[in-house]
Formats: sequence, C-alpha cells, structure tokens
Amino acid sequence: MATDREKDAVTGTETTGHEWDGIRELDNPLPKWWLYVMYACILWSVGYYFLYPAIPWLDGHTKGTLGYTERTRLVEDIAEARAAQASYFKQIETSSLAEIRANQNLLDFANAGGRASFAENCAPCHGSGAAGGPGYPNLADDDWLWGGKLENIYATLRHGVRWPQDEDTRVSDMPRFGEEELLTKAQISDVTEYVLSFTDKSEDAAAAGRGKAIYAEQCVACHGPTGDGNMEVGAPRLNDAIWFYGDDKATVAAQIAGPQQGVMPSWQGRLDDVTLKMLTVYVHSLGGGQ
Amino acid sequence: MNDTVSPPPVEDAKSVRELREELPLYVARVKVYPKRIKGFFRRWKWTALTVCLSVYYLAPWLRWDRGPGQPDQAFLIDMGSRRAYFLWIEIWPQEVYYLAGLLMIGAFGLFLVTSLFGRVWCGHFCPQTVWTDLFMAVERFVEGDRGARIRLDKAAWSARKVAKKATKHAIWIAISVATGGAWIMYFNDAPTLILDILHLEVPLAVVFFIGLFSATTYLLGGLAREQVCTYMCPWPRFQAAMFDEDSLIVTYQKWRGEPRGAYRKGESFEDRGDCVDCKQCIAVCPTGIDIRDGNQLECIGCALCIDACNEVMDRIGRPRNLIDYTTTQNLVARERGEAPRLHLIRPRTLIYFLLLSIVGGVIFYGLATRDDLEINILRDRNPLFVTLSDGSVRNGYTFKILNKDHDARIFSLAIEGLQLPQMRLVGNDQTKAVQTLIAAPDHVSTYRVYVSVERDTLKTDATDFEFRLIESGKPEHRHGSVFRGPKK
Repeated sequence: MATDREKDAVTGTETTGHEWDGIRELDNPLPKWWLYVMYACILWSVGYYFLYPAIPWLDGHTKGTLGYTERTRLVEDIAEARAAQASYFKQIETSSLAEIRANQNLLDFANAGGRASFAENCAPCHGSGAAGGPGYPNLADDDWLWGGKLENIYATLRHGVRWPQDEDTRVSDMPRFGEEELLTKAQISDVTEYVLSFTDKSEDAAAAGRGKAIYAEQCVACHGPTGDGNMEVGAPRLNDAIWFYGDDKATVAAQIAGPQQGVMPSWQGRLDDVTLKMLTVYVHSLGGGQ
Repeated sequence: MNDTVSPPPVEDAKSVRELREELPLYVARVKVYPKRIKGFFRRWKWTALTVCLSVYYLAPWLRWDRGPGQPDQAFLIDMGSRRAYFLWIEIWPQEVYYLAGLLMIGAFGLFLVTSLFGRVWCGHFCPQTVWTDLFMAVERFVEGDRGARIRLDKAAWSARKVAKKATKHAIWIAISVATGGAWIMYFNDAPTLILDILHLEVPLAVVFFIGLFSATTYLLGGLAREQVCTYMCPWPRFQAAMFDEDSLIVTYQKWRGEPRGAYRKGESFEDRGDCVDCKQCIAVCPTGIDIRDGNQLECIGCALCIDACNEVMDRIGRPRNLIDYTTTQNLVARERGEAPRLHLIRPRTLIYFLLLSIVGGVIFYGLATRDDLEINILRDRNPLFVTLSDGSVRNGYTFKILNKDHDARIFSLAIEGLQLPQMRLVGNDQTKAVQTLIAAPDHVSTYRVYVSVERDTLKTDATDFEFRLIESGKPEHRHGSVFRGPKK
C-alpha cells in the first residue's frame, strides 16, 4: 500500500511500498534521458504512421506516403532473382539438351529448376519422388514407354499422351480385344499365360503354349516377337520386371480385354521452352535416363 | 550488500500526495568530473587499458600464412565465404556452436573472477570502462583537471571554450572512427580495407558499419559514460548474486574511519575516526558515488578511491588502506579485533571453477579432435526403392563430403553387407562395384550414388550395410546405411 512507503535509513530514499518475500525496492527517480529517448521513439513512430501502411480503417487501411506493400516487395525480389538467373536461362534456351547435360554448371542449374517445376506440375500424377503408381509411370526406373533419351522425354513432355488438344500427341492404340470381341475369354486367358511366361510367371504351361500362336498373330506387330516392346508406338516391354498396372494374371487379362489408356497433358504452351528443357534434363537424371 | 538489515519504519506516516510532491519522477543527470589520481590501482587500470586497446587495434594486422589463395590475416571472420579464422584454427559455419562455448567460458570465467576478486571486469577490462577512461583522459588533456573542467562548463561561451570543446569532440570522433574501423578490420582483410578506404572504394555495408560503431563509441564512451553502468548494463544488477562475504571488493573501513570530521594539522586522532572528510574518494570516482555509504550498484570496483585516500593518509601520517580492497568478512573481523582471513577456495568458487573447466575442456577437446573431413550420407526416402526392368532393386544415396583440407582428397567407395552390389555414380555413368569419389578442397562435394542388387539376394525389406570410403595411406571411413526393397 502507498502508506507502507518507508524511508531507507542508508540512502534516504523511499521504498515503493511493496514487499516481496521481505525484499523492498527503493523508489529512485528515473534519469531524464530515458524520458527523452522515449519521446524520440514516439516522434520516430509518428513518422512511420505517415510513411508506411499503419492504421486499419473502415474500408481497408491507411496506405502511407511511400506506397510500400509487402506484395510489391515480393514481386521486386522475384524479378531480382529472375534477373540474376537470366544468363542461365539464356544459355539453356540456346543450348541443345545434350549440351546442357555436358555442362556441369548448367546441368546443376537445370536439375534444380527441373526439380522445382516437377514438384509443381508433375508430382500430382507421377508422385513427389517420381515413383508414380498404377497407371502413372515410374520415371526413376529404366523402363520407358516412349523412350528414355533426352529427345524422347522432351517430345513426350511437349505433346503429352492422348491429349486431344495436341495434334502431335503420342497415341498408342492397343485394340480392345475383349470389349470388341476380337478374342474369346479363353483365348485371352491363354495369351495372358504366354505373356506371363516371358518373366517365368506362368503357371499353366499348356495354356501358354496355346497362347503363343495367338500372340504371334495379334500382338507381335507392336510388342515384338519376344515381348521387347516398341518405343516408337508406345508398346510396353512385356518381358521385364516392371508392370504398369500389375503383374497378376487378372490384371494382365483385364488389360488385354479392355486396355486402360492413360492421359498425360501436353505441356508446350503451358510451360515455356526453358522450363521444358530443365524438366527433361531433370527427369533424365532421375536414374533411368538413357 | 551494506550492513543494515531492514530499514526502520517511519514514525510519522505521510499521505500519497505529500509523498509524491516530495519525490520527483525524473531527475536530470548529475555530471561527474573525475579527478586525476596516481597510485597502485590507477597504474593497473592504465595497464589493463593499454593491453586491451593494443590487442583490439593491432590484432587485425597480424598475419598468418595459410597457403596460396587463402586469406593471410590471423584473425578474420570472412562472412562472404562463411569462414572464421583464428590463427591456425578455421571454423566452418556448421561449427558456430564453438561461439556458444566461448560465451559460456566468458560467463563462467566472469562469475569466477567476480566471486574471487570483485568487479575487476567492470572497473578495468570492460570495453565501456576502457573507452570511457580513454575519453576522460582526452577530456582531462584538453580541458584540464576536475576544477578546470567544472569552471569551463560553468563559464559563458567564448572563443576559448568553443576551441576547447571542439578539440575534445574532434579527438573523440577520431578515436570513434578508428574504433569503428578496427571493428570492420576483423571482418575484412585489414591492409586491403585501408587502401580501399583511402581510394574511397568501399561498399555501402562497410561504410554503414563503420558509421554505426563510431556513433556508438562516441555516444557511449563520450556522452553516456557512467549512465551505461548505472542504467543500461545488467551486470551491476546481479552482482549481489556473485559476491559473498569472502569476495574481495572495495570496502570503506567504517570501524576505522568513523566518526569522521575535519582535521587540522597537529590535532590528535584520539576519539575520532581516520576519515577527514576530504571527499577525495568522491572526486576521483568515475561514477561519482561515495564509497563510505557502503558497497553499491554504481561502484564499478576500479579502486581509484583507494589510491586517492591513501594519498591523503600518507600526507597526514595515518596508516594506509582506510578504503581497502578486502572482504566484508574481514571488515567485520577487523571491527571485532579478530584476525582477517583470505578464503579464496570455497564452495562457490570451486563450483564456478569446475563449470569453467568442464566447458573449457569440452570446447578444447572438441577443437583438438575435430576432423577436417566430414561425410554425410543421405538415403533417398522418396521413392524408398526402385525396381528396375531386370528385376533388380535400386536405392539412391546422396553423399555430401565436407573437405576442410586445402588439398583434394580421393576416396574409393565400396560396399560391405550386400551381395554383389552394383554402383552407379551420377556423372560418370559407369556401373561398377567400386567407385571413385573426389572431395574438392575447402568445399562440400555432392555425389549421387545408385546402388542396385538382385532382388533375390535381399532377405528382408530393410538390409543394414556399410559404405567404406578408402583413402590411400589413411584410415578408412565406414558409414552404416540401409538398403530397402519390396516387402518380403
């Protein structure tokens, strides 16, 4: 309480009147320069109110005479970053894909740019680590539907797969053997066994034997005599360990009967050429590039 | 800590309004005019000042050869290339924790020294005290001793006064700029910087920081002075926790000095104290306090009052050390007529010493045993593994090799713990069982390594194995890692 203010015998100063665990505090006057520093800070802050956005108002806020906003600041920072990268962009624009790959400096830059663009544009389908999933190709492995060379990847990116709006889009036209009744159910089962035998997964040797003849008639043209596939027409390799939709008999049979046919957007027009080149180089570097 | 226990309550209570009228809320600063003095502690203070300032101004000029292409300054913090150099020690940004260690050593060292010897930091070694002392010396040189300075301040403005004040401030500004400049020289190569300044080719950041440190030196050392110690610095405020009754501090021997009174030559000292109320102790005090009031927050422990009082005691033929650098325990002991004791080794000081030794030991050990090579292996987590067309399983690893050496180092990379692993190094694109990694000097080298094994050789979905980095003529580095595959 104020009336508990005591005079300290040694210094002659009054205490504040409060006590904490027996400790009292001397009420010494503060130095005037503290007051002046505080006034200076208040004056300084007044300047801020005029120069910068300050007071929330009925329909927004006071904008300040300097017209400063965080958004314009961000735009300026991005423009600055772009300007700093300009020489790299120029080099990528004028170099071929092979030249980019040969130049370590440029390659590092392209990989970084590709990684960023991939995360934004490609990850929703191909996965953040490019591992894909059923129906979405794994870009990190060494099996390619349309070719794993730099030019192939670049073309696939530019034109997409089965993208209606792009006239050069990649289209692989596997007949719908079951739906269009080109083969009977039994025939499909046999040829499935034969296809599985390429990777020693067949459990019915007799069926596989029957399937061989069907395969020679219907499938060889695109998939090749030993199931090597054909990257020109987008026919998958059937004799490797990588299966697009699944490696069990039911899934393979279903794919023969009524093939699922994936769609990939065509990115030219959506992304500029430099970004496409960076993406190409990046995807190529994921471990499966040829 | 003074020797009153609790203040006696006031007999006549006053109302709040009455009290508030008596006490001003704010007081103007009382200017302090410390008087010149000679003596043992003054000599110590000059020595401390000389040593500290010499180290500060001269250290950036020391050279240390580190080889071609490397900076040759002994003490340099190179912000641009993110390295700190202290003689033969080179600190990388990852090792900034040594700074934490240094600060801890500083703190514990300060606690130990204060609990033993009082506020020697505040009175002799603190940068604020050193520069304030220097600026006061300049002031004394230009304007004269205490009396002359007081008269000059009271006098009306004249050509002489303007000249004196201008000279003083000019010298202060010169010292401040030299101080700011010296600070910058710890962050840039000193000779190069001086040449750049003379050619006016310095970047804006340098100008800004020189300006900043010059301004703060001038403000704090020239204008603020004791206000820093009294109002800005936290140290005085927890000194009470550092002291105990066996710490050596500046103490007025009250039992000997009281009752005080004026003295005329020839009078006897019977029935009176030795203190002749000459007020010299107040005159020389840089913070302007009266040590006879007891140990207080403003007393920075410079002990100049001891020198002043001893001078007077010598003149009147009384024994020295009426103000003594001793413990409060001894003050009480002498009062009672007992023998004084010096009890430096006690639990408090032992604990501080122990903490200091432990922290110092850890930092020193860390520094002495730090490797100039650091290898980090980051396994790809997305995707966990990749199945290749021949059925084999592949994992990706990113190698980051920190080579702090000034020479490149070449490693053979091999694997132990997997059956017939094949490695592909992104960049040379050759699949082999053993690869070569080159760690560039003074650099973090990054490598992508793909390891593939046949699917059948994997017994579980997570196989532990080791990377072996073999260097000719040096012990090999082994790093454990994991190889992941499909669920078994």
